[in-house]
Amino acid sequence: MRKIDYVKPKTLAEASAFLVEHDGEARLYAGGTDLLILMRNGFTAPQYIVDIKEIPGLQDISFDEAAGLTIGAAASLNAVAGWPIIREKFGLLAEAAETVGSYQVRNRATIGGNICNASPSADTVPPLLVLGAMAWVFGGGEEKAVPLDAFFTGPGETVLGSGDILTSIQVPFPPAGSTYRYLKLGRVRAADLALVGVAILGFPQASNPSGYGFRIALGAVAPTPIRVPEAEAVVAESVDEEAIEKASLAAMRTAKPISDVRASAGYRSAMVRVLTRRGIKEVLEDLT
Amino acid sequence: MRHEITLTVNGETERLEVESHRTLLQVLREDLDLTGTKDGCNRGECGACTVLFDGEPVNACLVLAVEADGHEVVTIEGLAQDGALDSLQRAFINHNAVQCGFCTPGMIISARALLDRNPRPSEMEIRQAIAGNLCRCTGYTRIVEAVQEVAEL
Repeated sequence: MRKIDYVKPKTLAEASAFLVEHDGEARLYAGGTDLLILMRNGFTAPQYIVDIKEIPGLQDISFDEAAGLTIGAAASLNAVAGWPIIREKFGLLAEAAETVGSYQVRNRATIGGNICNASPSADTVPPLLVLGAMAWVFGGGEEKAVPLDAFFTGPGETVLGSGDILTSIQVPFPPAGSTYRYLKLGRVRAADLALVGVAILGFPQASNPSGYGFRIALGAVAPTPIRVPEAEAVVAESVDEEAIEKASLAAMRTAKPISDVRASAGYRSAMVRVLTRRGIKEVLEDLT
Repeated sequence: MRHEITLTVNGETERLEVESHRTLLQVLREDLDLTGTKDGCNRGECGACTVLFDGEPVNACLVLAVEADGHEVVTIEGLAQDGALDSLQRAFINHNAVQCGFCTPGMIISARALLDRNPRPSEMEIRQAIAGNLCRCTGYTRIVEAVQEVAEL
């Protein structure tokens, strides 16, 4: 790895000011599990890396009934997956976090890094999208909230501007009686990237003709992780066999996968249909 | 940029001067001569460089040495106590869980961390805990058996 300067600001304001002052030559650093590999392979060559993970509060996780769950951006994926209230009330997120990399990687990798790296296949993002998560961003001396579904602008790209720092993720309490699936297809079962990820949250909703509400999000099959409202609308109307098939097709049509070293676009599309169908059926079984 | 760091390695306090870009793996092997920790893929895939960082397993190739300032690191050299092998090291020998041996230090560190947090893991929990440690010789069977033996003690 080429020479760098490692800096460790004590506050968010100091970190943000440093990033602005060294715009283009400084990169935020937390777990390092993505950035160090990119640097070693020469895909990025920052002069400065700015380690924010020990800024007070950034690794904190808290829960209260009104605000829901608040996860500091520098909380490790093992900390997220192991936190008792997340396991109990936000199991979808815990399960997805546990599918990232290996145990060793999850001890370093952070939830904020998984989000800000903006990989279309980021495992924590489809669950956070269906849970309606909010990203809190520090920049220009203030904190602002950005809905996670407006956070990503393309592969590796987000709304974050110069000096902006993701500080926490806020996740509202899931609807009463909800259940979930995160179905991840990889080449192998452990320590692999998702070829397709499907997160489904289902809950009783009397105002829908089907009696249920569904939120469905896909990973690794579009420039960013996406919700599929067309599919959700179908199963709000009906959850018979035909409707589930129709919803799966709608999810497949919404997906815009690419072919790469891991899988072809055609295979990914076909698997979106299969996993969406399977996930809806499994969630429905839990609900009935 | 150079940094003065103080860390604990296998129970000993070490004061070192390190450059920003050097990894914990490099400093352990090159500055402290602790070559039990192996340099495999250098990208967090193979697990040969696994060490305990404040008691938790991490890939030393994905930690900058400067980040270890104030922290506690245990390598494979730190498991044996007063010349007596750790129970896992003994079990790996008894079960012939070692062929070429390159993955063994990382494998044992991951397994040690598992047993420290979960003394009675199931076979699946063992396999999940070592999913980040690649072995190209053994097919894992004897490694899992060795860990199971210690888990059942």
